Amino acid sequence: MTPELGQLALILALLLALAQSILPLIGAWRGNRALMAVARPAAAGQAVFVAMAFGILAWAFLRFDFSVQYVADNSNLALPWYYRIAAVWGAHEGSLLLWILILNVWTVALVAFSQKLPEVFASRVIAVMGLIAVGFLAFIIFTSNPFGRLLPMPGDGADLNPVLQDPGMTFHPPMLYMGYVGFSVAFAFSIAALLGGELEQAWVRWARPWTNIAWAFLTCGIVAGSWWAYAELGWGGWWFWDPVENASFMPWLVGAALIHAQAVTEKRGSLRAWTILLSIFAFSLSLLGTFLVRSGVLTSVHAFASDPRRGIFILAFLTIVVGGSLLLYALRAPRVLGGKPFKVVSRETVLLIGNLMFAVAAAMVLLGTLFPLIGDALNLGRISVGPPYFGFLFPLLMAPVVLLLPFGPFLRWGKGEAPVLKSLLLRVVIAALACAIVAAFLVDGNLKAIVGVAAAVWITVGVLLYAYKRWREMPRGRRYPAEMAGMLLAHLGVGVFVAGVLLSESLSVTRDVRMAPGESQHIGSYEFRFDGVHRANGPNWKADQGVVTVIRDGRELTVMHPQKRTYLRGQVQTESAVDAGVTRDLYVALGEPMDAGNVEGAWALRLYYKPFVRWIWAGGLLMMLGGLVCAADKRFRLKRGAGAEAGAIASLRVQENHA
Amino acid sequence: MPMNPTRKRRLTIVLAILAAAAVAAVLVVLALQNNMNYLLTPSQVQSGEAASYKTFRLGGMVKAGSIQRASDSLKVTFTVVDAGGAMPVEYTGILPDLFRDNQSVIATGHMDNAHFVATEVLAKHDETYMPKELKDAMAKAHEGKRVEEAAAAPDSMQGNPKP
Repeated sequence: MTPELGQLALILALLLALAQSILPLIGAWRGNRALMAVARPAAAGQAVFVAMAFGILAWAFLRFDFSVQYVADNSNLALPWYYRIAAVWGAHEGSLLLWILILNVWTVALVAFSQKLPEVFASRVIAVMGLIAVGFLAFIIFTSNPFGRLLPMPGDGADLNPVLQDPGMTFHPPMLYMGYVGFSVAFAFSIAALLGGELEQAWVRWARPWTNIAWAFLTCGIVAGSWWAYAELGWGGWWFWDPVENASFMPWLVGAALIHAQAVTEKRGSLRAWTILLSIFAFSLSLLGTFLVRSGVLTSVHAFASDPRRGIFILAFLTIVVGGSLLLYALRAPRVLGGKPFKVVSRETVLLIGNLMFAVAAAMVLLGTLFPLIGDALNLGRISVGPPYFGFLFPLLMAPVVLLLPFGPFLRWGKGEAPVLKSLLLRVVIAALACAIVAAFLVDGNLKAIVGVAAAVWITVGVLLYAYKRWREMPRGRRYPAEMAGMLLAHLGVGVFVAGVLLSESLSVTRDVRMAPGESQHIGSYEFRFDGVHRANGPNWKADQGVVTVIRDGRELTVMHPQKRTYLRGQVQTESAVDAGVTRDLYVALGEPMDAGNVEGAWALRLYYKPFVRWIWAGGLLMMLGGLVCAADKRFRLKRGAGAEAGAIASLRVQENHA
Repeated sequence: MPMNPTRKRRLTIVLAILAAAAVAAVLVVLALQNNMNYLLTPSQVQSGEAASYKTFRLGGMVKAGSIQRASDSLKVTFTVVDAGGAMPVEYTGILPDLFRDNQSVIATGHMDNAHFVATEVLAKHDETYMPKELKDAMAKAHEGKRVEEAAAAPDSMQGNPKP
């Protein structure tokens, strides 16, 4: 009975989403306050029903209701409860339900915090959120019903893909979706501005924290995904330029650009059209991300829940969203232009260059990711673009960003002073060179590692010098408002990230070896001794568990237990063992027994020594923290005065329309 | 028309952007050219289509019973087959979890005389999934040819072989 209630809840949610989108749009157009007032309650109602549907599906998983096809396909009696919860979004239908749930979380937050925005504008924003919800709810109801029945009911279900049975998986998709979907706020905001034909700086100020928070979640999701790939897939890499990774990375790049463009628009009024365009692209790329993961058009390690027919729906939706919003942009963008002029040497210029680099990088990733489709369409054969393409172009495009990063904050808006730059340049060059020279001795002249140290010091020293300047020049209490502190944290994160990437990439040691029990391998000063394999059991798997003792300077450092798991349904999954550290990770994965009949004997093992690899994720987390701290700034909350004033003007217009 | 400062500045900006775009375009084309990987099936390789590529990806199914390991190293040899051809593959390293008989795989590497030396081997990610491009490639190779390896690959090419 209950699954049908879930289905019913989704249909009611769709109807409310229609009301939430169409009525307020008409109201805003005709100046009808009663119609505009529908937006908020309809949004709240939709959220209630979507949450209900999600809860019902989760409940079906917890109760082992295998009469629901989706539950039977993705869980079984032996699956622990926490992975049954994660299984709700473990495959296509449920992950879309998660998407729409998160969209509703954002919409409800928007409804709650937009009280002080002018009514016409706020109802347009909420209406656009409603339109997005209509698209996705229709998609779920018409093509991907998670509540479909399976009769007769089987005694036990299949299994959640073992790759997904990992703590990282429980929160990687929700975080990622929070980010993807969060960009819908900036998008709805821009569309509302285009519809109304005006963009107040105060509104951009109000929109900024939303973008920051969405971007922070996306950062967190990508970091979690990268960590998951590292620990779970057993490959020891942290980024593969896989189509689906790229799918999450493109909105991230555009989002990073958007955060900075919004800052310019809010403070100076300039780059308005660019800010709007970036919000459209950030959300469109988020939709494309959903499309790439869910359609299976591209070969990817992630393509476990694919169905090309559904891809067509998303593609059509994508075309409407991108095409429609770009058309609106072309028609209306000239109306919202404005802002103060700026000189070549100014903070605006630096931010604009950074923006262009991020945008070009996103375009480059897009080209490489979609190239197989282009090649297919042009009959060039079945082509894919290898990671070296990205690995070559991306650092090249990001180099100007890294080089300019210390200078941005030092420059004034509108017109900067060259002498300030010279003294700063001198200091960061000296610091970077000094550290590079010291590093050269430590890393045996490995050029990539030296560049990594120099770049990281360049950024860090630049950020610290600016922090010091604020400390010296500003009165206590006004030195580091949240917005400033967030920027400093995020920029420090970039430094930490760059150091982590270049050092771990250049200094890592990988060794695939054949080891018999008792044999040892040396990597640097670490000795890995293989002590054989024994059996181990989990709730829904059996494993061959290796024992690897790591010895350093004659002292036993740690004992590692890599596993080769076999799940109930026969799927095999490698569980690597990681010994984490600030300056290095030791990583061991089991390959296969050299003689399949004798698991007690020799095994293939993969041993890694990965210096500073954790700095990559630490840098990402710092960037995330920066985004969140920045969003907490009091300045972004709409002041009662300004908001009321804008509201008064808006209602005046409404009255004029009435008359 | 005399150049006023605004006009001049705009012109500089436009020229700078154009120059940057040109450089970017050249770099992208170069990078693409060097990193395009073609996917070929054993029968396509045997008909000489691989001759023009140094490295390419070989896609097909692992022939049942063809996997052989060296006793003293990580070297492993196996045969990748499609409807009309077979190709011996040599690989040194650890194979993916899902690698087994009758599994569809994609190996990246180059030809060395009559066999393929792989630097990377990927197996499909789950039981029901076959990379679309591999499916297409195998369907294409399948056209107009008789199924010689039916015994080795009983589920045929488009199917989802269950272990």
